[in-house]
Amino acid sequence: MGYRDTIFALSSGRLPAAIAVVRLSGPHARIALKLLINKEIPDRSPRLVAIKGGDGALLDRALAIRFDGPGTATGEDIVELHLHGGRAVVDAVLATLGAIAGLRPAEAGEFTRRAFDHGRLDLIEAEGLGDLLAAETEAQRRQAIGQAGGGVSHQVATWQDAALNIAARIEAAIDFSDEDDVGDADVAAIHAACAALGGEIGLWLARPPAERLRDGIAVAIAGPPNAGKSTLLNAIVQREAAITSPIAGTTRDVVDVAVAIAGVPYRFLDTAGLRGDTDDAVEAIGIARARAAAAAADLVIWLGDDDAPEHAAVIRVAAQSDRRDGPDWDARVAHADIALSAVTGENMQRLLDLIGERARALLPRDGEVALNRRQRDALAAVADSLDEAVRTRDLLIVAEHLRAALGAFDRLTGRARTEDMLDALFGRFCIGK
Amino acid sequence: MYRAGEMRNYDVIVVGGGHAGCEAAAVAARMGARVALVSFSRETIGAMSCNPAIGGLGKGHLVREVDAFDGLIARAADAAAIHYRMLNMSKGAAVRGPRVQADRRLFARAIQAALAAQPGLDIVVGDADAIVTDPAGTVAGLKLADGSLLSAPALVLAAGTFLGGRLYRGEWSAQGGRTGERAATALGRQLRDLALPVARLKTGTPPRLDGRTIDWARLERQESDRDPWTMAPDTPRRTNPQLFCAITRTNATTHDIVRGGLDQSPLFSGAIGATGPRYCPSIEDKIHRFADRDGHQIFLEPEGLGDALVYPNGISTSLPDDIQLAMVRSIAGLEAVDIAVPGYAVEYDHVDPRCLDRRLGVRDVPGLFCAGQIVGTTGYEEAAALGLAAGANAAASALDRAPVLFDRATSYLGVMIDDLVLQGVSEPYRMLTARAEYRLRLRADNAWTRLGATAAAAGCLGEARRRALDSHRADCARANAVLDGDIGYDATRGRPRDGQRRSLGDRLALADTPFRDAAGDIPALAALAPEAIDEVESDRRYAPYLARQDAELRALAANERIAIPADFDFAAIPGLSNEMIERLTAARPETLGMTARIAGITPAALSAVLVRLKRIAA
Repeated sequence: MGYRDTIFALSSGRLPAAIAVVRLSGPHARIALKLLINKEIPDRSPRLVAIKGGDGALLDRALAIRFDGPGTATGEDIVELHLHGGRAVVDAVLATLGAIAGLRPAEAGEFTRRAFDHGRLDLIEAEGLGDLLAAETEAQRRQAIGQAGGGVSHQVATWQDAALNIAARIEAAIDFSDEDDVGDADVAAIHAACAALGGEIGLWLARPPAERLRDGIAVAIAGPPNAGKSTLLNAIVQREAAITSPIAGTTRDVVDVAVAIAGVPYRFLDTAGLRGDTDDAVEAIGIARARAAAAAADLVIWLGDDDAPEHAAVIRVAAQSDRRDGPDWDARVAHADIALSAVTGENMQRLLDLIGERARALLPRDGEVALNRRQRDALAAVADSLDEAVRTRDLLIVAEHLRAALGAFDRLTGRARTEDMLDALFGRFCIGK
Repeated sequence: MYRAGEMRNYDVIVVGGGHAGCEAAAVAARMGARVALVSFSRETIGAMSCNPAIGGLGKGHLVREVDAFDGLIARAADAAAIHYRMLNMSKGAAVRGPRVQADRRLFARAIQAALAAQPGLDIVVGDADAIVTDPAGTVAGLKLADGSLLSAPALVLAAGTFLGGRLYRGEWSAQGGRTGERAATALGRQLRDLALPVARLKTGTPPRLDGRTIDWARLERQESDRDPWTMAPDTPRRTNPQLFCAITRTNATTHDIVRGGLDQSPLFSGAIGATGPRYCPSIEDKIHRFADRDGHQIFLEPEGLGDALVYPNGISTSLPDDIQLAMVRSIAGLEAVDIAVPGYAVEYDHVDPRCLDRRLGVRDVPGLFCAGQIVGTTGYEEAAALGLAAGANAAASALDRAPVLFDRATSYLGVMIDDLVLQGVSEPYRMLTARAEYRLRLRADNAWTRLGATAAAAGCLGEARRRALDSHRADCARANAVLDGDIGYDATRGRPRDGQRRSLGDRLALADTPFRDAAGDIPALAALAPEAIDEVESDRRYAPYLARQDAELRALAANERIAIPADFDFAAIPGLSNEMIERLTAARPETLGMTARIAGITPAALSAVLVRLKRIAA
């Protein structure tokens, strides 16, 4: 069973880390490696190599290992890149790989699937590699319990039953149209039922995703140079995660620190100071990344004056209260949500409370179960099919869309089949001549 | 003619002269096998033991598929039809179901005539006593009750409800397969001795009414369709006078009478333990399970032209005689009705179809094939279709030819066989269009096109049908050529607003005009065969949805090509749960694709099967 495309993914843990392992598997793995390092290396022999991007710029000096198939973990040609574990480096390498024809990011579990298909794993091993949620924090633990306790599966089962019932009404009208207990299908009522179910699923899809709980809420600390961003970060995470100095532009890349505060997981991102007039090319790149990080973050802590970035969730901080005063400072404090000093610790607890308060809105509420990526994808497919079902009056085509929706549910629960629909049908209608 | 004590050699023996047995014997003979059809009596061959109708939703599709193999049932239905009705006429072509009311005597006569005219087919009147196997356990022939022996390397068992059959009515019960006929109990015992998995199912039938005592004038009438379609596309015309059916309903009094008798119904007294069908409940069941309904519809169906018997469809029952009579007389139009034959329930043996392979061959007894009610189905059409498949494969096996396999994506027959051999049955299996995931392509109107090539390659088609098939194909090709062209394109109106020049077919589809209706304006269309226009029109209307399914089908086909060896040990797969092993071992899927379709098999289990297969291959 040969796969034509080559997949790649970060296969080590969350960044930043000392080392990040990016793995490629598939027929193009060796060619991709050659494109990255511009030379051949021997099979199963680690080499220190210079990895270059598509434009020839050096991305990282890293360890590369080539494993030729089929005697590999997946049964295919595999390449491993042991990179320095900064987010920027890894992102750049992944972006470069994604631009190579025949390569694409792996879907969840895809390496395992290939290993399976090539007979490289038995079931026990595969299940050992299963997508188990590591409950690193209290909130994740609660969420994990919510899932295991069937919060999501109970809800999904309820929707699946609703879809089965709609399908049963349609199938009854098709297969038993000559029965008086069934009669002609009320297409408008079927449309309304589809729309109601689709709408309810849509509401759930709009909720915060479970990933935010697993990966942490991204909080970007941003502001002009020398505003004390790195000092604030270190004070929040309570260690010297970022280098601080009085020199403007000390932080050039995005520093990414994972930490749990009061049981909530966060990723704090310290960013380069934002200024428009630098002529240092490296600093300019850092500034661009800072803006991108702030835009992508769930929450921005802004240490500047008045020109805070456009963002849905911003906490304005008047920092360095230990060494500021005067009318300008008073004006700043008036515009800010909070004035504090990372050095003396003044108002630091209040900041953490404020962050916690904003974070709660971004996380699934306690007791409210969240959907993970796989569930969201399947349910989005259900919602799409229901949406299409409403657009046609041809009962047979409505039935096709319902079949697609039930298929998506099946992928999620592996449960319902035609028999379940028939159970719903015969339970609802008195059929029989 | 055959004499007691004599031994005769055949290629295929068929036991049972019902719908399954007749199709099995006929197709095997068409394929060139020497066939013996064994039946209790010559007169009951081709008998319709339950309702006098052929076809319907899903069932009409099966009839057309059997017809695509040059089978008997569609033409016999036309010869006997006294009322035609196309179900779902207002819905899409894929789910239209042709159905006829058939005169019982004309139907049996047509079947008997077709069998008599079939070269290579002997009818042997006798009582099947035992299947004879050689020391290796392979089928060698059949022993009859008079001691004589028929030898053949392949045998199709199509004994219907006669194996271990037991009839029930009120507190009365007796052995038998059909009212007034005996059961084939010796053979039933042998099936258990052969260690085949045998279980019980039940079905029932309503009382037959004397039509001369029905007040027809009071009742709503349902007339035969005017549109002159026929069950077999090549039947030249309808031959019989057309009768009407009538509709009446049960009422509160009826329900009270039934409720009052429930303790005397074997269904409720516990005498019958077997499972009956959900879609064909007895009137006792209907009133018990749907207590809120104030009435249930009854179709009064004439049993024949020269026959006063009427079949009241919808009130199958096994209540005692007096309650049956009180019940029917409480119904509008039936106040003075006489019951000619009371209704009854029948409990019978069936073989768990999971012991069969895709050819309907019993996996553990080479040469033995099963078809019809004995494998857990209900209905003439299901039986005929399975008979066709079993007969064709029995002949292929005896004549050393390739098996004749059916696919879910191309036939209802494929859906049914796949469902039966993989999932088994928990109630008598009835075909429904809902069971076919590719039903948009499995239409009653394109059965010849879907299956003609397979049927021809297997040698199932007679000379006349081969010519008719060729001519139908040419008709469809001509229709496609006309519709792909821009004949009838009105140049005087200039270019259409969006500037696209479309084919005739696209324009008609866009205008949502039935293609036939446009024939009045477009002579090129009027010159085409109407059936070909209809078929090609449906192809075009469903094309976008069919294209979407194509990708799915291609993905499935890959799994279908991965074969699982007959001696594959599912229990040896590490990590599989006992429940999973049990399901896999009972069904013994022949391909990875079949494995995936077994209920309850998870993707992880499927991967484990695949891993194991690869390991064995390596």
